[in-house]
Amino acid sequence: MPDGFQREHFPGPIHRPPLVANVDAIQPGLHAEHAHHPKLQHHFDDMEQQAEASTLGMWVFLVTEIMFFGGLFLAYLVYRWANPSGFQEASNHLNVTWGAVNTAILICSSLTMALGVRAAQTGAPPRTQVGWIVATMVLGSAFLGVKVIEYADKFTHHLVPGPNFVWQGQYPAAAEIFYSLYFCMTGLHALHMIIGLGIMTVIAVMAGRGHFDDDYYTPVEVSGLYWHFVDIVWIFLFPLLYLIGYHYH
Amino acid sequence: MEHLSYLKDGYGLKSWLLTRDHKRIALLYLVSITVFFVIGGLFAMLVRLELLTPAGDLLAAETYNKMFTMHGVVMVFFFLIPSIPAVLGNFLIPIMIGAKDLAFPRINLLSWYIYVLGGVFTLVAALNGGVDTGWTFYTPYSTAAANTHVITAAVGVFITGFSSILTGLNFIVTIHRMRAPGLTWFRLPLFVWSHYATSLIMILGTPVIAITVLLVAAERALHLGIFDPALGGDPILFQHLFWFYSHPAVYIMILPAMGVISEIVQAFARKNIFGYSFVAFSSLAIAIVGFLVWGHHLFVAGQSVYAGLIFSFLSFLVAIPSAIKVFNWTATIYKGSVSLDSPMLYAFGFIGLFTIGGLTGVTLATMGIDIHVHDTYFVVAHFHYIMVGGAIMGYLGGLHYWWPKITGRIYSEAWAKFSALIIFIGFNLTFFPQFVAGYLGMPRRYHAYPPEFQVWNVASTLGASILTVGYVIPIVYLLYSLVAGEKAPNDPWGARGLEWEIPSPPPTGNFTVSPVVTEGTHQYVRPSQEVDVA
Repeated sequence: MPDGFQREHFPGPIHRPPLVANVDAIQPGLHAEHAHHPKLQHHFDDMEQQAEASTLGMWVFLVTEIMFFGGLFLAYLVYRWANPSGFQEASNHLNVTWGAVNTAILICSSLTMALGVRAAQTGAPPRTQVGWIVATMVLGSAFLGVKVIEYADKFTHHLVPGPNFVWQGQYPAAAEIFYSLYFCMTGLHALHMIIGLGIMTVIAVMAGRGHFDDDYYTPVEVSGLYWHFVDIVWIFLFPLLYLIGYHYH
Repeated sequence: MEHLSYLKDGYGLKSWLLTRDHKRIALLYLVSITVFFVIGGLFAMLVRLELLTPAGDLLAAETYNKMFTMHGVVMVFFFLIPSIPAVLGNFLIPIMIGAKDLAFPRINLLSWYIYVLGGVFTLVAALNGGVDTGWTFYTPYSTAAANTHVITAAVGVFITGFSSILTGLNFIVTIHRMRAPGLTWFRLPLFVWSHYATSLIMILGTPVIAITVLLVAAERALHLGIFDPALGGDPILFQHLFWFYSHPAVYIMILPAMGVISEIVQAFARKNIFGYSFVAFSSLAIAIVGFLVWGHHLFVAGQSVYAGLIFSFLSFLVAIPSAIKVFNWTATIYKGSVSLDSPMLYAFGFIGLFTIGGLTGVTLATMGIDIHVHDTYFVVAHFHYIMVGGAIMGYLGGLHYWWPKITGRIYSEAWAKFSALIIFIGFNLTFFPQFVAGYLGMPRRYHAYPPEFQVWNVASTLGASILTVGYVIPIVYLLYSLVAGEKAPNDPWGARGLEWEIPSPPPTGNFTVSPVVTEGTHQYVRPSQEVDVA
């Protein structure tokens, strides 16, 4: 056996390089700058690390949300591909006006949300922050109100899938699948809106107590990311559900 | 200087149930997955006892269907998927990267409560009479025909999925944002790399199974026509959605075990891993390619033969990164200073059994052969070689390797070696005969079978009994070590890595001073010493 491969050349546990050193000795001041910010959780080194972690966490969560809705969008794709005419016929019974109004409402709520995040980032007074967040909540509630009107209309017209589903057109089976998907997709979206309103309530209370300023606004920012995501889902739902049969009149 | 260990930082029930310490949460998971492992094992034993004789005499056909379903549901969703990530990953990732905790400690605790809630739903379904759909919940049987507790079990799986999503999310953010100064990506332990890849699958795959089982429950409860062909739905769509998660889920089980083996092999061969970056990137390659192979579960389900060919080819591709790992572990052991401590015995077991499981996987990915052995015991044997021979061997190896770090106690090495041997023998006796019986044509999921298969089934049941003994012994000596075990030093194995630099058991905040890392954390041979050798 050549010398190079004898075992004594492979160190045992004794030759141990020092892995651990005192971070302050090497980078003094790393901790000092933000060390005493009251909002800094103990396991983070500084505010920047804490903010980056929260923001990345929300982005990763939104990726999981895309996959979650993705299953439904895939089902939509498969069944629309299989029943193109049936889906157009079924889509005709959705109220495009209400859908367009709701789209406009949500786009406006994204604007007020963005202005709320901006208010927190620039350290605007609590009253301004709360104002934008409450405006967002009002628009979100208006969206849900319109949704209630639409759902009630579907119930009275027997368009809810199940034993009581009645369809006068040419494609009753495809229409039932369309309305199954309609209720699953818009229902899941509405659930996300409701959760969003809950989050905004907490954020509004925190903002009212003056929790947020230009040093610390991550909760507003990540809640805003969530709100925008839920809006974007609707931006896809509106044309896919409401507009595919529009030229069909 | 005396450090207050995380085990002594509070003794009351509240100090455990409301803890945010990743190490305590890891122990909460350890206890709960062990409970589910025992439950899932009992279901398996009933299945094996029924199959001792060709006649269906011990269990009625319906009961038998419930037994293998509950065995699958419990073992897959409540033991294998959380096993290594939620216990060892939770405990070790923050320490290995020099952090005080995971990025979101409260979400970490929440994930455990979600897991327990999902488990309660599943146990309620089991106690009320069980589910008989198979762990795969195939439609339209599950949504239209089955008269068992499908909705309760589906909701249990749905809820537990979120604990997995939150764990993956926490790991990804932690690995990105919480690494100690100087700990670059290519200085990370391979255990962390493999958990990063696992987390990607958790966040990308789990939401899809969540929406799928939710649709199954909705179709069953509200008669929506999504999957039921009687209502115009497409049952094959369910199979696509189900396997889009459930095939990558196998990699959720095996990738963390591969990370464990990479650590153990280096420590007990006293060598740096051979081809670090290849091993690291092969984890990512498995995670990515693993998402593109689900169609090999649908070869006989009416999928087009051209789609089948592509899925077959992509399934062959996964063998490449898997083989890279096996070759690189072997090359690491080659001419290393090998010591056969119990974790290393499990690592050897893993490498051999995973190779058999992997190669039979390539065999099954071949369409012609798959059509021949589809739904036979050949398939059952194949995936148990991966999930039990691979994942559980890796889990037990890791548990033995880090037990002194987790508990601060040394267990009986003689008993540990003995039980590793028993498990290896029992495992092979259980599952190797199933390859033979399956190849000869014995179908899975039947409680009665033709008498010519009995010899293989008797061998398998005998093996399962030995395997059970092998699993009980570690529970006994590991628990005994807590009472009477010798106190563990910081680094009982002479291993490398930040976790071995701090006391056993670690203090609550892990590090009294933040570590600064100046080289790879697993340097068993340093560059300067390599120069000496030359």
